[in-house]
Amino acid sequence: MTNRRHFLTAGLSGLTLSMVGGTASFAQTGVSPGKFVFVILRGAMDGLSAIVPYGDPAYRGLRGPIALDGPGTANGVLPLTQGFGLHPSLRGLHQLWQDQQMSFMHAAASAYRDRSHFDGQDVLESGANRVYGAPTGWLNRAISLLPNGPSKEGIGIGRTVPLVLKGSAKAGSWAPAIAEQSDVDTLNRLMDLYAGDTILGPALAMAIETDKTAAGTTMMASGNQSGRGNALYTPLAQAAARILTAPNGPAACAISFDGWDTHANQGAAQGQLANRFAQLDAAIMALKTGLGPTWAQTTIVIATEFGRTARVNGTNGTDHGTGGAAFILGGAVKGQKMIGDWPGLSRLYQDRDVIPANDIRTLFATGIRTAWGLEEAAIRAQVFSI
Amino acid sequence: MSLEATLATNRFGLGATPGQIARVAANPKDWLLAQLSTPAAAKLNGTGLRSSAETYRAYAQYTQSQRDNRRAMQSPRPDQMNAPQDQRQLFALANMGAQVMGSEIEARLTHAITTDTPFLERWVQFWSNRLTMAGKNLQTVFYAGAYEREAIRPNVLGNFSSLLKASALHAGMLVYLDQVRSFGPNSLAATRQRQQQRNFGLNENLAREILELHTLGPDGGYSQSDVTEFTRALTGWTIQLPRLTRLAQSDAELGSVIFVDALHEPGTRTIMGTSFPQTGAGQALAILDWLAKQPQTARNVAKAVATHFVADNPPASLVSRLEENFRTTGGDLKALAQTLINSPEAWTPAAAKFKSPNDFLLSTLRASGTRTVSMPALRSTFEQLGQAPFRAPSPKGWPDTAEHWAAPDAILKRVDWSNLAAEVITQNTSPMAFAQTALGPALSPQTRTAITRAGDARQGIVLVLMSPEFQRR
Repeated sequence: MTNRRHFLTAGLSGLTLSMVGGTASFAQTGVSPGKFVFVILRGAMDGLSAIVPYGDPAYRGLRGPIALDGPGTANGVLPLTQGFGLHPSLRGLHQLWQDQQMSFMHAAASAYRDRSHFDGQDVLESGANRVYGAPTGWLNRAISLLPNGPSKEGIGIGRTVPLVLKGSAKAGSWAPAIAEQSDVDTLNRLMDLYAGDTILGPALAMAIETDKTAAGTTMMASGNQSGRGNALYTPLAQAAARILTAPNGPAACAISFDGWDTHANQGAAQGQLANRFAQLDAAIMALKTGLGPTWAQTTIVIATEFGRTARVNGTNGTDHGTGGAAFILGGAVKGQKMIGDWPGLSRLYQDRDVIPANDIRTLFATGIRTAWGLEEAAIRAQVFSI
Repeated sequence: MSLEATLATNRFGLGATPGQIARVAANPKDWLLAQLSTPAAAKLNGTGLRSSAETYRAYAQYTQSQRDNRRAMQSPRPDQMNAPQDQRQLFALANMGAQVMGSEIEARLTHAITTDTPFLERWVQFWSNRLTMAGKNLQTVFYAGAYEREAIRPNVLGNFSSLLKASALHAGMLVYLDQVRSFGPNSLAATRQRQQQRNFGLNENLAREILELHTLGPDGGYSQSDVTEFTRALTGWTIQLPRLTRLAQSDAELGSVIFVDALHEPGTRTIMGTSFPQTGAGQALAILDWLAKQPQTARNVAKAVATHFVADNPPASLVSRLEENFRTTGGDLKALAQTLINSPEAWTPAAAKFKSPNDFLLSTLRASGTRTVSMPALRSTFEQLGQAPFRAPSPKGWPDTAEHWAAPDAILKRVDWSNLAAEVITQNTSPMAFAQTALGPALSPQTRTAITRAGDARQGIVLVLMSPEFQRR
């Protein structure tokens, strides 16, 4: 098993950082560091529904009832590059693509190859080669490379500083007020008490988020859409824009959007996942609007801990997988590119998942370079030891 | 009041009881050292607790059957001792095991929350975990409590080699690590059995775990042949069974640990280049004595003590001092405890050790002034929070570092349980008084503020219990 995994990752993830330099394009942002926003879709967003490989001969057979139609049809995908289309709910993102402000990476994965949300998010955020491989986050390590100044800090939008922002560089967090509820209230007070507690803070935050993800799954399965977690994306994005554009606002921001664990009834052009995509799309547009002129200096990376199974499961959903989809977008991005390789769907990782052909850290590195113009050597050495 | 008082009660002890921080404040270090002069206080003689031999006999009563007796006359193999015969018997046996375990847990927890020598009790629990013998099946649940009372408690302030021998050759350990299934292939009994074409061989489980977990450590420099040699030396050590009495030529009471020469592999044994002549029972004892004196053992013990009491990554200076003390005293555990208490590294103001569920629950009970335990509710609380007493998941024992205990779900469970516990605690005390009792000068300004702002008393207690400083020691 180990050998096979090793073969697949070593043999097919053809990308290294230096190669990304050759395939991706960067906007020339000059010397002043722009804004970098990292959006984490917690719960494992279904990459094959976000960026649909409708041209892949195996796609429709694998996806069955949750397959999407090609472009040009009533509920069809929005065309990207040849054979790939965006989910029809991601209209704003598609406009960014057309404006050459968005690129994507498919078959993307961190170094993690198992299927636990916790562990997957740990590796996604630490940027390490294994679970609990680093106590700090890659975005924090990147911030520490910035020249000193008031903006040299990160802000986590949520109840605690996420791992990706943890480390020696300054990082704070902002959380919206949530409904008064005895237990939730106690948990919030504990989260306040855990500010700066490297053990209890992240642990409780994760537990609360998992609780919400679990609630979201139940909600999805039952078809009820008015639960907590829903429609929270846009207010969070608006808050992020306000914080980033404040005088001397932070250079980096991490936002978590949860509720992506679509094990059942995820839908196709319409349905639960389509609604999530619409919320994500609205949140990104709200961020763009809120950032105003700052948008031109902004780079956003959207990622998730891992992809989902290539085949639809018995409950019209998908289960935890490996290769997933990620986006890079923003006014600073010279986009309209497919970054990395497409391994195709004729062969699957462990006969179930999209093959993890592309190291998602190369996309992160691209994002950092685009936003802040940092040296590739510094990123390689001090942010990702890859 | 000095912070050292809190460190003495919470880091070295099992958590402050009401008024305890004030009482030890005059000289926290002396309070700890004095506990080392009362070795008897480490013992536990609860009413209704059975010795391991009594336990065996009770077990045997349930499992005896005609068929067993027939087989017993044919085979001296203790590993075939009295397998339960049917489902009904199995239930009866499980029920009895649960009762034995329940009494042991109740006695252990009651002692832990009421003892006036809490450092000694933590010292016991440390060694019990370091030399784990746990309930893992119907047979071992009968022994786990007795093992700690008989092998660990009387020896924690003596010499390490005595503790090691008591542990390795306790009936519970012999069963737990399959020593009762290990026979010398060239022993007298095996030679006879071979004529009847029965398999009769070594089981190296106990030897391997002693080397890997109790003494030299996984990188201690031993090889597979050393494991095998040690296994050979250990053969003969077993439990007195009805069918063994003739072979053993022993009238030791049933269930007690005996050495049966006819099961022992004859010959000189060589462990890592050192020869141990054929002395029968004495051979394994000599090897255990030798292992106890090895520098790798000193290093491992020092590291484990420092990790348990001070930090997940303890200061090298502390580990070296403990190691040096262990080596020069030949494994004097009282001197080792004294060295720990007298080490400045052990008194760093910031609490670095994240409490295990056992630590968290015991310190909560102690701070609330609880004197009696309510079974089986408390037992299941320990299980739910992830640390059922006497049920360590493997011979390695319970983990001793934060990464294993601070999982998100585990923290949420602590909050949930704190919510329940808070309702009881608020009946007797206010959140601030409770915080003072439990933490004394270690109560942080942040937690103090959070308590004063709490919506109600129950919430205030939860904030104390779940505060960063109460979750650590």
